[in-house]
Amino acid sequence: MIPALGSGWLTLLYKELLRFWKVSFQTILAPVLSALLYLLIFSHVLESHVSVFDGRVRYTAFLVPGLVMMSVLQNAFANSSSSLIQSKITGNLIFVLLPPLSPLDMYAAYVLGAMVRGLAVGAGVLAVTLWFAPIALEHPLWALAFALLGSAILGTLGLIAGMWADKFDQLAAFQNFLILPLTFLSGVFYSIHSLPPFWQALSRFNPFFYMIDGFRYGFFGLSDISPASSLAVVAAFCVLLTALTLALLQRGYKLRH
Amino acid sequence: MTPAVEIVRVARRFGNVQALAGVDLAVEPGEFFGLLGPNGAGKTTLISILAGLTRADSGEARVLGHDVVTDYRNARRLLGVVPQELVFDPFFTVRETLAIQAGYFGLRDSGDWIDELLHHLDLTAKADANMRALSGGMKRRVLVGQALVHKPPVIVLDEPTAGVDVELRQSLWSFIRKLNQDGHTIILTTHYLEEAEALCGRIAMLKAGSVVALDTKQNLLSSFAGLTVRLTAPTLPEDWRSRILREDDHSYLLSLRDYAELERLLAALRAQGTAIEELSLQEADLEQVFLRIMARAH
Repeated sequence: MIPALGSGWLTLLYKELLRFWKVSFQTILAPVLSALLYLLIFSHVLESHVSVFDGRVRYTAFLVPGLVMMSVLQNAFANSSSSLIQSKITGNLIFVLLPPLSPLDMYAAYVLGAMVRGLAVGAGVLAVTLWFAPIALEHPLWALAFALLGSAILGTLGLIAGMWADKFDQLAAFQNFLILPLTFLSGVFYSIHSLPPFWQALSRFNPFFYMIDGFRYGFFGLSDISPASSLAVVAAFCVLLTALTLALLQRGYKLRH
Repeated sequence: MTPAVEIVRVARRFGNVQALAGVDLAVEPGEFFGLLGPNGAGKTTLISILAGLTRADSGEARVLGHDVVTDYRNARRLLGVVPQELVFDPFFTVRETLAIQAGYFGLRDSGDWIDELLHHLDLTAKADANMRALSGGMKRRVLVGQALVHKPPVIVLDEPTAGVDVELRQSLWSFIRKLNQDGHTIILTTHYLEEAEALCGRIAMLKAGSVVALDTKQNLLSSFAGLTVRLTAPTLPEDWRSRILREDDHSYLLSLRDYAELERLLAALRAQGTAIEELSLQEADLEQVFLRIMARAH
């Protein structure tokens, strides 16, 4: 039986949106500025040294979709994970656990909240980086599909990390030793064709690679592997993580004792 | 009539600690019910199981006939819980906190009821203040408001007056009493036994995860009709130490059967040459009943 959404999940979503909106300098503007600095520094240093897609795309332009997607992914993760761990540690998670919210209600609200923040930061990064490297969106629907699925996956991973972690230290470990390396080694700053064969093969086990590569296809119509294959991998990963998260929420893993 | 709360053989163990050892309880609709016990007796675990915050190892818990596990949506809609910990979300104002809590229960447009709650809880002036800016007592009152915001017929108050000053405690109790008169079932845990005595019609006492007493307040008071003596003296004869309810330096609270026993105690003190510094008799109150039951239930 497919569980139905109750009437309370929209309020939980609203709360999640209000939470990050109230500190938007920290949650939206700061990551936009960080991405802009990445763009300015990397493009200045590497523009004349790095050739991508056989020279058909300028390196600075190549960087833009990667940075946008990286910002989407990192901020989607940060939103759900920080919201949940803060609520757990301060104890106010009880206000979410006492009402008749189902596992699906909680999943939908936390993940959609994370997606909105990720996409808001991504849109901000795109807006400011386009000023420095004007590029066209050749296949906007492909880009949108990867942005939506990517933010959903990272929002879900954030939910898992928030449930698992008992303290901020553990969450930081999850973020710094898993999310950050997977993001940086996913082709944000390079095409995997520039890597030695071993590292190219290894990159194909990184689900973040498919998100970035597919998203970049939406801009240039060029990618390291076919966008349909990337979409299949990303969608499958999203379904798998969603099922796992719903099972954990159903059990009340580290939430209900 | 369907009980407001029904606990059937509920057991829960945390590691080596048996927090609840097969508790049976039924609270009727409209009751003002007290749940008393020392720290670690299992009161909060029992409330957590009722609220769906903790899972029982075995047994069943129901709110107005709705199982808290298999029919949790209905059970939680009917239950309001004031948690013991002073918790709050620092991102929001008082009004936002209450509106969000109402929304979790699917209630929109609850502004009028929120205004009424703010008035009764003396929080109107602080409605737009951030939660961080409130004193401990005010935060506690917001917790009460959050528990009531969906108008639950069954309300559980877990130490609701801890940290609340006397004046506000009185206004809080008159509001809770009014809710009870309006038909709400109230379940109260408190360390202030005089509060339980003043408010509760029926009382359960828990110790080490088991119910050691369950009766009306009147029956509990009358079943322990002996004498309670407060005595200050340098020492107490060894034979009489088993009658101590509470000992504080050289001040003893003693449980005696009758005046004849008091005579024998005084004689024993004279026989060993102990001078009495202070002596007073106390009428049985809930605190003494509580102390006797806890002492008896070793």
